[in-house]
Amino acid sequence: MIRELWQKLVAPIDGPLMGFTGLLLLVALIAMASAAPGRMMTHLAHIVVALTVMRVVAQIPPQRLMSLAPALYVFGVLLLVAVALFGDVSKGARRWLNLGFIRIQPSELMKIAMPLMLAWYFQKHEAMLRLKDYAVATVILLIPVALIIRQPDLGTSILVFAAGFFVIFLAGLPWKVIIGLGAAAAAAAPFAWTMLHDYQRQRILMLLDPEKDPLGKGFHIIQSTIAIGSGGILGKGWGQGTQAQLEFIPERHTDFIFAVYAEELGLIGNLVLLVLYALLIGRGLQIAVKAANLFARLVAGAITLIFFTYAFVNVGMVSGILPVVGVPLPFVSYGGTALVTLMLGVGILMSIHKNRMLVQK
Amino acid sequence: MEFKNPQEHLEQFNRRVAVAGAIVLSCFVLLFGRLVWLQVIQHDYYQTRAEDNRISLVPITPIRGLIVDRQGEVLARNYSAYTLEITPSQVPDLETTIDGLAEFIDIQPKDRRRFKKLMEENKRFESLPIRTRLSDAEVAKFIARRFRFTGVDIKARLFREYPRGAFASHVTGYLGRVTERDLGRIEAQEAEANYRGTDHFGKSGLEQHYEFELHGITGFEKVEVDAAGRPVRTMARTAPVPGNNLTLTLDVKLQEIAEEAFGDRRGALVAIEPTTGGILALVSMPNYDPNLFVDGINVADWGELNNSPEKPMVNRALNGAYPPGSTFKPFMALAALELGKRRPEQAIFDPGYFNFGSHTFRDDKKGGHGTVDMYKSIVQSCNTYYYHLANDMGIDNIAAFMGSIGLGSRTGVDIEGESEGVLPSQAWKKKRFKKVEQQKWFAGETISVGIGQGYNAYTPIQLAQAIATVANDGVMFRPHLVKHITDTRTGKQTPIEPQPLKALGWKQANIDVIKRALVGVNIEGTGTRAFAGAGYVSAGKTGTSQVYSLKGAEYKRQGTKEELRDHSLYIAYAPADKPAIAVAVLVENGGFGSQAAAPIARQVFDYYLLGKLPKGAAPADEAAKEADE
Repeated sequence: MIRELWQKLVAPIDGPLMGFTGLLLLVALIAMASAAPGRMMTHLAHIVVALTVMRVVAQIPPQRLMSLAPALYVFGVLLLVAVALFGDVSKGARRWLNLGFIRIQPSELMKIAMPLMLAWYFQKHEAMLRLKDYAVATVILLIPVALIIRQPDLGTSILVFAAGFFVIFLAGLPWKVIIGLGAAAAAAAPFAWTMLHDYQRQRILMLLDPEKDPLGKGFHIIQSTIAIGSGGILGKGWGQGTQAQLEFIPERHTDFIFAVYAEELGLIGNLVLLVLYALLIGRGLQIAVKAANLFARLVAGAITLIFFTYAFVNVGMVSGILPVVGVPLPFVSYGGTALVTLMLGVGILMSIHKNRMLVQK
Repeated sequence: MEFKNPQEHLEQFNRRVAVAGAIVLSCFVLLFGRLVWLQVIQHDYYQTRAEDNRISLVPITPIRGLIVDRQGEVLARNYSAYTLEITPSQVPDLETTIDGLAEFIDIQPKDRRRFKKLMEENKRFESLPIRTRLSDAEVAKFIARRFRFTGVDIKARLFREYPRGAFASHVTGYLGRVTERDLGRIEAQEAEANYRGTDHFGKSGLEQHYEFELHGITGFEKVEVDAAGRPVRTMARTAPVPGNNLTLTLDVKLQEIAEEAFGDRRGALVAIEPTTGGILALVSMPNYDPNLFVDGINVADWGELNNSPEKPMVNRALNGAYPPGSTFKPFMALAALELGKRRPEQAIFDPGYFNFGSHTFRDDKKGGHGTVDMYKSIVQSCNTYYYHLANDMGIDNIAAFMGSIGLGSRTGVDIEGESEGVLPSQAWKKKRFKKVEQQKWFAGETISVGIGQGYNAYTPIQLAQAIATVANDGVMFRPHLVKHITDTRTGKQTPIEPQPLKALGWKQANIDVIKRALVGVNIEGTGTRAFAGAGYVSAGKTGTSQVYSLKGAEYKRQGTKEELRDHSLYIAYAPADKPAIAVAVLVENGGFGSQAAAPIARQVFDYYLLGKLPKGAAPADEAAKEADE
């Protein structure tokens, strides 16, 4: 009886995917216990909620997700408009929508709604994909991204943009266009510079010379690179990082948790972490290749690459090769909303895998 | 791009996935390379730097800017004093340590209580003062015994001081220790770095509004510390930049005369230069001593200030909303002229009452004022005239005009937390009340509003702005206290330009009618007594605002309890032909406007226009009794 229930519970769950994610969540617990022991209980609660969400989503067939995609997208855009009009301002940015009983961050929803919507669109036009379709897809992509940039929230807008771009790329956007747009973007960069918020510019400038303002804007980057570098090959030992424990690392349980981990567990620990991410992404791409239809392929591919983007941008910024944009370390950083979104993505991957093509054509 | 078959499509997808996989892999290799660079190749360098973090960057708090009046008289400054400070995280047993210190330094129970409170509000590794303003002898005694006290040190710190005590305290406001809420403001300004090492933050008044101007730029010092965390050697130093000084439009002498004129009465006064909006005096009585807050206010003082029925912490000039009473009438009359609802010479007959439906609205003068035109209606403050007028105009016309001169909305003065007051209208009532049956506006309510009673409630600064706007022929300015901000390094002065908010476009002929009547008030009306023998021509309007509805019973001044007595109001400007000062005065429970508020305005004008100082106490006002409102 219990065995049957268990079977039923784990039926939609993909073993390898669950294994890699589980190990990453374990890494998170180890890092969190050192960085912010006071938050362990809340973090555990987040994990439980996120796993539940994953399990529920894993059961939803991709066709159902596809039929929901446009509604989800439109809903998300409406929420973003609502944020622009009535959102709560905190630390100078308007990101949250207060519904009275709960505060939500609609841009988070877009990370999932965006790939679903674009994949839905390409699936609809699968028979004949023309340049026009890519143009339409680009418009679908840019509307929410523009709304999120305006909040302003550079980190999230990069992730949402990346999520959409991956779909378009995987759907076969011609290389000529990609290279052309890349060149145009490079040419437009000076203009974009003038459009950035002052603090965003500061962050990019800081990357070039953090020592200029050691107490202010440069503080984050300087202290986190010191933490990583002083960790060495073997690390200073769990709970022994002077940078972490003496509070030199800012936001050490959220965006900068990698610095704590790297200081205490060293290059070996980092290698383990990067390999885990690589395995997770490998498995995701494998699921994408085996998926049943274009929609499923595109969604699986894009979600997997989003995991990559999170990891790359976060480790990149904490180790000082990318500007600080407020992207958490996936599956590890403290924060319920981000974790739930990520695990929802894992759930979708599992569902796609469950409903894959059983016979290769 | 077209695909002949799904197979081709699939192959293309697989190629794209392969490209993506390759990019992922190379990015991870790049990251790993960076980590190897940091953790293997540069490891020694970063190892040293992590060690060097024991070399700490000590912020040097800048000197806070001064607040001075228009002549340079200082209202807020700083002094340096030695404080005895404890870093709780470095002290094994706090009680024993404090007892030990108390053997040779005077530490009172209240100092201990304050220290406990500070500990709750701050992190344990912050250095917190147990005693401030140590004497030289106490400093010497501690230095001699320093070795016995780990985690205890003497620091030279700057403290804020308000040399004139309670004087003008509602203008300067006060500083207090940084709290959670202040941190939010600091973060919103992205000024966290600049506030490392700053313990104090403006909590009210100019100190609050101009916090980021007054603060200055924090310097820092790289110091090597020993194992106990004490500085051993300074390695590098960036000097702090002192905060900017504020020069006010305020005239300290005028402020002083105004505050003294109130005696121990409660109330507010706002004097404005009509052509600039510069505030010459801003009084709210009673006031409080801002020095009490500087070291962290003790519980007893705070309780006394907070629980006093006199409410000294409330800035009545900005936060007290009072019915304007008859001071509303000149604005009503101007509205009537502008809207074409009355001509100046158009007269009514006042029998002493106005019947509306089944209700009778009474005039204060029994038997009425007889034939009343606009001039007489203002000079003698005839209620019946305005009952008719309000009824003819309707509430929404009234609200639109009064709104245009700033009544019922914040003036934008450079002190935070200003109240809006209440500008009644149909829309306002709908919003104000929840129950549908209460939301409907009744025509009878318009009639009380017409004489400045009913739902009307405005702050003294709004009334001052409104009368200044009339004085300035309809050009309205934002009231402001700061004249210019001085960069203490370069001496460069940034003036706060007078901001004309809007020109209301009134007909000059209409303004002149009102101005003539306001002059009449002080020559042959309710303000005559207060302005008898003044060496200049002034214009004004008295008002009495009802605190308590007597429901038809006759008002007996002597018989009413003090807190139920009417508020006394007066708005005025002078000289009448070329206004240099406009003022709104409110005396809480002062009775008639002509008796309490107008004489205060007289003293203020006498000084400002003639340089005349008031003789002795405020003039006895019993004789003004016959003047009616």
